[in-house]
Amino acid sequence: MLAIVGTVPDKDFPITHGGLSLDGDMLKINDSFVDVNRGTSALMAAAAVTADMLGTQAPYGFLVGDIGHGKGSRDLYSYLTEHIHEFELDTLTFHYLQPIAHWHDRVLGAVMGLRSKPVLIADAGFMYAAKMSGSARSYDLFTPDLGELAFLADESSPHPFYTRGFILHDENKAPDLIKRAYNHGNAANNLLVKGRHDYIVHKGKIAATVSTPSVEALEAIGGTGDTITGIVSALISAGYEIPEAAGIAAYANRLAGEYADPSPATSVFEIISCIPRALDEILGKDGSVTKGVIHHA
Amino acid sequence: MSVASFFRSRRSKKDIPRDVDSGILIFDTTSEVISAEKVLKENGWQIRVMGPPPEVQTGCDLVIEFPHMEELDILRTLREAGVSPKEVVPVSSPLLRPVDLFNIKDFGDHLMVRAANMKITVDKKSLVIVNISGGGCPDVPYLASEMTGKNLHQAPSPNDIGHTLCAYALQLAYEEIMKRCSQ
Repeated sequence: MLAIVGTVPDKDFPITHGGLSLDGDMLKINDSFVDVNRGTSALMAAAAVTADMLGTQAPYGFLVGDIGHGKGSRDLYSYLTEHIHEFELDTLTFHYLQPIAHWHDRVLGAVMGLRSKPVLIADAGFMYAAKMSGSARSYDLFTPDLGELAFLADESSPHPFYTRGFILHDENKAPDLIKRAYNHGNAANNLLVKGRHDYIVHKGKIAATVSTPSVEALEAIGGTGDTITGIVSALISAGYEIPEAAGIAAYANRLAGEYADPSPATSVFEIISCIPRALDEILGKDGSVTKGVIHHA
Repeated sequence: MSVASFFRSRRSKKDIPRDVDSGILIFDTTSEVISAEKVLKENGWQIRVMGPPPEVQTGCDLVIEFPHMEELDILRTLREAGVSPKEVVPVSSPLLRPVDLFNIKDFGDHLMVRAANMKITVDKKSLVIVNISGGGCPDVPYLASEMTGKNLHQAPSPNDIGHTLCAYALQLAYEEIMKRCSQ
């Protein structure tokens, strides 16, 4: 089972866990409904529609309310540390959580103690904490955007806010940044770098790039990076190898973006609605990739 | 403004002079740092918000660097404002500088500014904030829900409602886009 861990912007939302599904334009978790706009709810919604399209088990969510005070995140960290062993997980994705190094370490310790270690994916705040605590290599996949890649490449930076100026967020420098992140042990075994070109990296080597279709407006739309992480998580849980899943996710997200015909003011939900059509276009009936513009390096 | 703070303002420089010993003020939360920065700047103190040295980093931190010889006055100012730090330590190693590079993208009808990992996009005619993206701290979706759909001049500023480094980065992007849209 795929499980996704993150937060919603409502300080009164209690720790809630359960199966995830879309109900109209809302995300349903147990008996609760959450707006799908950006952040973890967008990731969860993208994973739910992908799993539905693939005919696999619905993803499972762990959510808590946090508006930046960190209390909700700490409560969820604590809950996971104590209870994660009660769940059968093949894939575990961590997302918008307050990056707190010591809590990250406790949760990772609990996960590493499981009988069977799930595929570990980290994005957003939890990825920051994973890098800061020096544990990046314990992860199977990070999904940074270009700015976050620069942060991974800067060995002295504890947060993207402190990335040094000489490590520019320059699209042309992505291969150098990838190399630097691996040289300092600050990258997961696989990376899916989201940008004008999406880079799929396996053990330090660029395995493929995805550059088309190019939809400029997507960069401005909150949640479009989160949807890629949701799609790739569901594909990995369905049995795809990580680099292949990353390539399909990157391409599907671009296609969904193109189908939505967005402006910079578009809501991410409109793009999520197009993910099934995009996956249908890419995957054959047996789940093999029938169409794609994935350039293998 | 008091007479003392007027004179402090007059002698303030952009940066703390290099020949002055510095200390750092450490707070429990980034929102306390933001409040303390506001109080100290309003009172004319020469301070700057920086990244903490490795030995005190916890994950999502800012500290305030200040001239060490002014410690007592600064602590008094903060105490009176109800935002005392949890610790004051001398600076023993170079501090991390916040990112100060902006990336600007013009979509025609919309303008996007990125600072560090945060992006804000506005409609150039109406000045309505149409999207906020990037970031990884949990107040980003909250900031987006509170600011999106509002005019730049009516939306709450990230410093007033945010709590993390991502909020601080969004504040920089917000100030930059305000500047560009009022030109």
